[in-house]
Amino acid sequence: MVRFTLRRLGAGVVLLFAISTIAYLLLYLSGGDIARTILGQSASQETVDLKAEELGLNEPLIPRYLGWLKGAVTGDFGRSWFSSQPVTELISSRLAVTLSLVIGTIIITAIVAVAIGVWAARKRGAADRVIQVLSILGFAIPSFLIAIALVNVFALNLGWFKPTGYVQIGTSVTGWLGSVTLPIIALSIGAVAAVAQQVRGSVIDALRQDWVRTLRSRGVRENKVVYKHVLRNAGGPALAVLALQFVGLLGGAVIVEQIFAIPGLGPISILATSQGDLPVVMGLVVAIGLIVVLVNLVIDLLQGFLNPKVRLS
Amino acid sequence: MSNAAEVSLETAENAGRRSHLVRRMLKNPTGLFAIISIVVILLVAIFAPLLTSQDPDYADIRNILASPGGDHLLGTDSAGRDVWARLVFATRYSLMGAALATVLSAIIGVTSGLVAGYYGRWFESLAAWLTSLIMALPGIVVLLATRAVIGPTLWGAMTVFGILLAPAFYRLTHAAVVGVRGELYVDAARVAGVKDASIIGRHILAVVRAPVIIQAATVTIIAIAIQAGLGFIGMSDPNIPTWGGMLNDAFSRMYQQPVLLIWPSAMIALASVAFALFASSLRDELERSGGAKKLKGKAKAAAAAAVDTSGEPPVVHAELEESDAPVLLEVSDLVVGYDQPDGSLTQVVNGVSLAVRKGEVHGLIGESGSGKTQTAFSILGLLPEGGRVAAGSIVFEGDELSEKSPKAMRRIQGKKISYIPQEPMSNLDPSFTIGSQLVEPIRETLGLSAKDAKDRALDLLAKVGLPDPEKTFRSYPHEVSGGQAQRVLIAGAISCEPDLVIADEPTTALDVTVQAEILDLLRGLQKELDVAVLMVTHNFGVVADLCDRVSVMQNGRIVETGPARSIFAGPRHPYTKSLFDAILEDGAARGPLAHAADRNTNAGGAK
Amino acid sequence: MNATPAASEPLLVVEDLVVEYPIKGVGRKPFRALKGVSIDVRAGECVGLVGESGSGKTTLGRAVLGLAPVTEGSIRFKGQEIGQLSRKARRSLSDQIQVVFQDPYTSLNPSLTIEQTLAEPLRVKNIPSAEASKRVRKLLDQVGLPSDAAQRLPREFSGGQRQRIAIARALALEPELIVCDEPVSALDLSTQARVLDLFKGIQEATGVAYLFVSHDLAVVRHLSHRVAVMYHGEIVEYGDGDKVTSDPEHPYTQRLLMAAPVADPDRQAQRRADRTRMLEAQRQADLQAGAA
Repeated sequence: MVRFTLRRLGAGVVLLFAISTIAYLLLYLSGGDIARTILGQSASQETVDLKAEELGLNEPLIPRYLGWLKGAVTGDFGRSWFSSQPVTELISSRLAVTLSLVIGTIIITAIVAVAIGVWAARKRGAADRVIQVLSILGFAIPSFLIAIALVNVFALNLGWFKPTGYVQIGTSVTGWLGSVTLPIIALSIGAVAAVAQQVRGSVIDALRQDWVRTLRSRGVRENKVVYKHVLRNAGGPALAVLALQFVGLLGGAVIVEQIFAIPGLGPISILATSQGDLPVVMGLVVAIGLIVVLVNLVIDLLQGFLNPKVRLS
Repeated sequence: MSNAAEVSLETAENAGRRSHLVRRMLKNPTGLFAIISIVVILLVAIFAPLLTSQDPDYADIRNILASPGGDHLLGTDSAGRDVWARLVFATRYSLMGAALATVLSAIIGVTSGLVAGYYGRWFESLAAWLTSLIMALPGIVVLLATRAVIGPTLWGAMTVFGILLAPAFYRLTHAAVVGVRGELYVDAARVAGVKDASIIGRHILAVVRAPVIIQAATVTIIAIAIQAGLGFIGMSDPNIPTWGGMLNDAFSRMYQQPVLLIWPSAMIALASVAFALFASSLRDELERSGGAKKLKGKAKAAAAAAVDTSGEPPVVHAELEESDAPVLLEVSDLVVGYDQPDGSLTQVVNGVSLAVRKGEVHGLIGESGSGKTQTAFSILGLLPEGGRVAAGSIVFEGDELSEKSPKAMRRIQGKKISYIPQEPMSNLDPSFTIGSQLVEPIRETLGLSAKDAKDRALDLLAKVGLPDPEKTFRSYPHEVSGGQAQRVLIAGAISCEPDLVIADEPTTALDVTVQAEILDLLRGLQKELDVAVLMVTHNFGVVADLCDRVSVMQNGRIVETGPARSIFAGPRHPYTKSLFDAILEDGAARGPLAHAADRNTNAGGAK
Repeated sequence: MNATPAASEPLLVVEDLVVEYPIKGVGRKPFRALKGVSIDVRAGECVGLVGESGSGKTTLGRAVLGLAPVTEGSIRFKGQEIGQLSRKARRSLSDQIQVVFQDPYTSLNPSLTIEQTLAEPLRVKNIPSAEASKRVRKLLDQVGLPSDAAQRLPREFSGGQRQRIAIARALALEPELIVCDEPVSALDLSTQARVLDLFKGIQEATGVAYLFVSHDLAVVRHLSHRVAVMYHGEIVEYGDGDKVTSDPEHPYTQRLLMAAPVADPDRQAQRRADRTRMLEAQRQADLQAGAA
C-alpha cells in the first residue's frame, strides 16, 4: 500500500513537472513586449528597458526557467508582473474560495447521485426513465447557463439570495452559505447527472452478478445485499467519474465565479491570462495541477480500499 | 434440434432485427426529436446567409438594445447589431468550432486507440501515459493559457480542446479493441491469413463504430459548452459571432434587456439537449439489440415448443421400494415465463411436477434450454429479472412458496432451502473476504454472535476439506482456486443447516479430477447431514454417482422420471434413450491410423 | 536431428517446445506454459491432446497456429520450420493449417453473415467472388447446413450449428492440418456426438489431419488415433489412443481416467471404490519415493 502510494505520488510529480515545463515554454515563446504592456504606451523606452531588466526578461530561456523552477520547488512563485503581489499569496486565498465551492459540490454530488442512482437502478420502469431524461438534460445544459437562470429566478425575481458577492465564512456562516448556495447548485446539477448515470449503470451491472443471487439464497437481507455488497462493487467506476467531475468542476467554477462575482481563481485566471502575467499563470497551472494530482491519488487509494484486487497487486 | 427447421423458423424474426439502427431511432420519439433538432440546427448553420438580410457585424450605434420587431426580428444588441443575424451566424461558427474539436479528437483518439489496442507494445505504454497526462490537465486552465499564448481565437481554442478531448476516444477505442483483440474470431481471421489492416477494418472498426458515434455526440456537447463558456467570460474572438459571445454581451446588459439572454441560451440548450438525446437513444437501441439476443438464447427452446402445459405425460418408472420418508418439496404443474415487451409470455418451464423426499437426492437432468435451471431458480424464489412463476405450485414443508414475497422468501432461503451455484468464481463477492461472506448469513439467519459465527465458519471450512481454514477465511475470492471456491460455496450452502440444497450444476465448471473430489464431498455431507438435494446437471455420470431419483427434462417439461437405478437400467422415453446413446464413455476407441507406411514412425515421444 | 524434409517425416513435428509468457512488472520471471514438449502428427491422423485447465494443451495448439510465442524448440510443418515465422510468412500458411476454436459463440464475428465469414479466407487467396460463393455453398453442404444459411448472422444459429460453421471455415482452404481447440466442450451431449461424427466423416473423406485438444478423455478416445496427456506444461503420456485412454501407465492419466463418473450407478460405485484405492496406492508410492 505504501509502495503503491509512493509510486502514484512519483508519477504525480513527473506529471506536474511536465505540465509546468510545457506551459513555461509556451508562455515564453508567446512573450511579446510585456514591459511595454505593463507600463503603458506613454512610458519612455528607457523605463521600459529598465522594467524588462528588473523582471529578468532579457535573460535566455534556460536560466530563466531554472530560476523559476528553483523558486517553485521551495514554494516561491515570484511576484505578479502587474500588481507586484507575491503569487503564492495571490493564489492561496483565492484557491480556498474555489476549493470550498468545488468540494461542497463534490460532497453534495456524491450523496445525491448515489441516492438517485441506486434508486433508479432498483426501481427501473417509469421512475427510472424520468430520472434518465432529467439526467440527460442535467448533463447536457452547461453549468453557467443554469447559473444564469438561477440568478434570474432566485436572486433577481424572488430575491431569496443576493445575486452577486461573496461573504467570508469567518465573517458570517449564514452569509457564506447564502453566497455559495446558488453557485454550488449550478455546479452540482451536471455533476449529479453524470455520476448518477454511472452509479445507476454499475449498480444494475452489479445486481446482475451471480454472487448477488448467491447472497440472496443465503438469506441475506436485501438492503444489506444492495448497500453493502452491490454498492461497494459499483463504487469503483462511480469514483472514477467523480474524479473526472472534480477536474471538470475546477473549469466550471472559473465561469460560475464570474457570474456570481466570487473572488476565487476564476477572475484572477481570466485577468492573468489576458494580460500575459507569466508568474501568476504559472502559479495557477501548478496549483491546479497539484490539486488534480492529489485528487487522483485520493481516488486511487479509495479504489484500492473498495477493490482488494487493486490493493494486493 | 433439427437444423433446417430451426433456421427457417427464425427468419422472420431476423428481418426485423437487422433493420437499420437509424430507422429504429426515428421510430422512437426521443430519437426522432433529437434527429430533427440536429438537422434543423445544421440547416440553420449551412444556410445562415439565406436566413437574414442583415449583416451580423454591422453596428448601428443609434439603435442599440432595440426591442424585437421591425427591421430587427429579435432586436439589436448593446452595439446595435441585429440579434437574429448574429444568432444564425453564431450557430454556424459555434457548430463549426465544436465540429473541429470533435472531429480532431475523434481522429487522434480512434487512430491511436486502434494502433495501441491492436499492436500493444511501446506505443500502448506511451499512449497510456499521454492519456493520463492529458486527462489530468484541467481543460479550462489549458484553454486560458492557450489564450495567453496565441490570443483569442476560436479555431485555436477548439484545436487545443480537440487534443484535450482525444483521450475520451482513445480510451473507448482502446478498450473495445483490447476486448475484440482477444476474441476468437480475430484469431481465426489471423489463422485464415487475413492481413492486419483488413482485420482492423472488418472486425474491429465495426465494433467501435457505434460507441464512437455516441462518444462524438457527447464530446460535441462538451465542446459547445466549453466554447460558450469561454465566449461568455469574454475569451473568444470578438470578430466572430458565437453563442458564447452573444451571452457575454447579453449578460452585461442583463438589467436593461434580459430577453437578450434567452436567444443564445436557448440555442445552446437546444443543441446540447439534441445531441445528448441522440447519444442516449442510440445507446438504448444498441442495448436493446444486445438484450434481445441474450434473452432469446434462454427462451428459444421453449418458444419453439408448444406454449401451453399440455403435452404427453412423463414416463413414470415404478418405485423399487416404498419410501416412508415424508415429502419435503412438491412442485406441481409449474410454469415459468418471462414477460415480453409486447405483453406475451415466453415460457421456459411448461408444467413441471416433481417431488423431493426428505434426505433424498433428486437429479434433474437435461440439455441447455431444457428449463432445468429455471425450475431450480423458481423453487429458490430467485428467478432472474423479468421471470415469474406463471402457474402451478411449489409446496415446501406444507408452505406454498410461489406466492411469497421476496422478503418472506428471505426467511426460508439459507435456513430451509439453500443453493450451490455452478460457477464458483463468479458466485463470491470479489470485494469481501471469504470469511465475512460466510459469517454474514450465519449471523443473520441463526442469530449467532460474531465470535460464534466465526467459529462456525471455520468449522465449516474444515468440514468441506479445506486444508487451512484460517487462511481461507482471511482470503479474498481471487486468491483461491476454483475447486477451493466451490468448497467455500458448499460450506456456505450448509452453513445454516438447510433441509433442502439446490445444486445447480455444481461440478460443471471444474476440472474432472476436482469434480471427482467435489462429488465425494457432496456425497459425504449429504449422508452425514441427511439433507435432501435437488441436483441439476447435464451429466449422467454425476447422476449415477449421487442421485436416488432422476427426472429428465426436455423443452421445459419432464419426459421421464423414476428411481435412478431403474432409469439407468432401462430408459423408455425416446429422448432419454437418445441421450444415453450419445454418451461416449464406453464407446470403442478409434484405434491406430491405418496407413501402413506411417506405422514405423516414432510413437513414443513421451518423456 | 536431420533438418532436411525426409519423406517419412510426419506432417507436423514439435520438438522440445518451450512457450513463455512475460509477466507484467520489472524483473519478474516469465510464466512457462510449455516446458519442452514434443509431439508429431502424421498426414490424415488425429492426435488427441488431453489435459486439465492450465496444463498447456491450448497453448500448444496456439503455438502451432502461430498465436503463441515460441521461446525455445522447434515446430516443423512438412519439414519447414514454422515456429518463428513473421506475420507475413505465417499468412501464407493459411491454406495448410487451420483452426476450430472452443467457443462457438465468440469464434464467429457476430456482425458478419455466414457467407462473409466463410468467404474471408477465400478472398485472401484472391478467389473471385462468384467462385467463392459457390465454394461457400459447397462447404455448408459439407458440414450439413442448408445453403440458405449463408445470408444469415451467427446469432441465428445454435451452438452446434455455429460449430459446424466454424468447421466449414476451417475447411475453406482445404488445409492439411486442423488444430481443434476443445471444439465440442461447449456443446450439449447429443450435439457433441453429432459434431464428433462430422469431424470423423470429414477426416475420412478428405484425409485432413487433426491436432485435437480436449479436457475430456472420452471425447479424445472416440476420435483420436493417438493420444498425448498433458500435465503442468509437459506431456506425461503419449501413445496409442486405445491404450492411453483405457489402460494408462502414468499416475496422472490414471487419476484422470478414474475421476470421470460412469453413467451407471453400480459401475460408478465400483469406479469410486477403485479410485479411492488407486489414490491411496499412489500416495503410498509417493511417500516411499520421498523417503528413498
